Amino acid sequence: MNTETFPTAKAGAELKAQAKALSFHYGDFQALKNIDFPVERNQVTALIGPSGCGKSTFLRCFNRMHDLYPNMRYEGEILLYPDGVNIVDRHVDPIEVRMRISMVFQKPNPFPKSIYENVAYGLRVRGVRNRSLIDEKVEEALRAAALWGEVRDRLDDLAFNLSGGQQQRLCIARALATDPEILLFDEPTSALDPIATAKIEELVSELKEKVTILIVTHNMQQAARVSAYTAFMYIGELIEFDDTKRIFTNPSSKLTEEYITGRFG
Amino acid sequence: MIPKSLGASSSASGVAGIRRLIARHKTLDWLFGLLGTLALLLATLVFAALFGQMLINGAPQLSWEFFTSFPSRRAASAGILSAWVGTILVMLVTAVVAVPLGIGAGIYLEEYARKNLLTDIIEINVTNLAGVPSIIYGLLALGLFVYQFGLGQSIAAAGLTLALLILPVVIVATREAIRTIPQNIREGAYACGSSKWQVVSHHIIPYSLPGIMTGVIIGLARAIGETAPIITIGALTFIAFLPPSPFSNAEQLISFEWLLAPFTVMPIQMFNWISRPEEAFQANAAAAGLVLLLMTLSMNALAIWIRYHFRKKIKW
Repeated sequence: MNTETFPTAKAGAELKAQAKALSFHYGDFQALKNIDFPVERNQVTALIGPSGCGKSTFLRCFNRMHDLYPNMRYEGEILLYPDGVNIVDRHVDPIEVRMRISMVFQKPNPFPKSIYENVAYGLRVRGVRNRSLIDEKVEEALRAAALWGEVRDRLDDLAFNLSGGQQQRLCIARALATDPEILLFDEPTSALDPIATAKIEELVSELKEKVTILIVTHNMQQAARVSAYTAFMYIGELIEFDDTKRIFTNPSSKLTEEYITGRFG
Repeated sequence: MIPKSLGASSSASGVAGIRRLIARHKTLDWLFGLLGTLALLLATLVFAALFGQMLINGAPQLSWEFFTSFPSRRAASAGILSAWVGTILVMLVTAVVAVPLGIGAGIYLEEYARKNLLTDIIEINVTNLAGVPSIIYGLLALGLFVYQFGLGQSIAAAGLTLALLILPVVIVATREAIRTIPQNIREGAYACGSSKWQVVSHHIIPYSLPGIMTGVIIGLARAIGETAPIITIGALTFIAFLPPSPFSNAEQLISFEWLLAPFTVMPIQMFNWISRPEEAFQANAAAAGLVLLLMTLSMNALAIWIRYHFRKKIKW
């Protein structure tokens, strides 16, 4: 594998997070191998690669989702700035990490509660009781997720009554309501039709003003459209990290080139 | 008969061959459908016959007096007052004990317990407990509750016994209900920064409650008809008084004296009447059976209603 292309962000860019020599094991299986990876603040960074390359596994390290399952082990660091805490350190509480870093999943997963309660959930978890503050945050999050206009008159309706694309935007609103520092997207459009997909992509591009975004996608055009940086992963390794433009026009690794030109994957 | 070769010969016999094949497969379909219907009819007919006979024999006995009278030596004036009150009180104890214990155990096993040898052993035990004959529970209860704990032949002892009996049912129902909650809902809740208890109390319990309720009611419906363990712990067959009322004591607002009172329950009352030689008591037994059956059926109906009503709201 090509290890010469050491990932670097642009000079002067402010880092929000940085993986350093990150490895991850499920039991005896090493799913991530020694990954170094920068996440620039208020930018969209995309992760691409064939199925099973470890891109979702890598993303799920950022909110310690793996901690829900037994027999796993992190090695190395993911530093979260400005405080520089290593969020995969086992002395760091995963709940603390998840309160700072939100996630939107592959399949829309609203709770079987009202639209309002879905968005308010993160605040409830944090013990917020002030009704007017919650009202305000719910509206703000729904506006940011471009859903307010469609649901403002039926906030008490069950979330399941929304369409798939609306449900996914609701999940984005739920993740935004608590003002996360990083928003993780795990193939957020793979269960959606092209129109709903376009809306989510547009949203991702807009949201970077507010929040740093890390997005896993199986769709290379999507990565090209929404991200500033792209990382190509293959069998648990980070093969190449660069400006999205360069990755798609002039990749330095042969493997990356073969993947983006559709010769495998 | 399988065609010898699916290649040339089948194209030679052509569509006709395919049609013969399909016709044979459909005959098997039809045959199995017929067998299934017969089996179902047999089961339902037996039940309908039993129910019908009980209705014919028992219905004339059903009157207001039947519910408000104590058992008596004269069949005509005998009633089921002490039996139905006893049944309700025993069920109350059973539910109060079995529901929190069973739900708690089910939640622990599904959400908290790590997968290891100990939980495997617990799991096998829970499954086996569901298959233990009820009289064994009666023997255990006789030694433990009646003598060791000194509860005597009381409502409390009977309630605890039946609680043990239905505990596996409640645990299994709780676990199955919890398992229907998709993993991505759990992940979504954890991703919002929930602690384990927040996930359980905000999501797992509310979403699985309809399933749990169904299991609890089916468990209680089983317990209500149990006779063997109740006889084993020594329920009386002839009781002409009610347990002390929970509200009668002037000193305290609520009294628990009734817990230690002797009692009888519906199936034991029935058993008692059936074993009488007089014809008239047989009719009483049929009437009591009818009441017991209606209690069970209405509990099952409630379970179905809960399942139907809440499933409409939650579809994964």
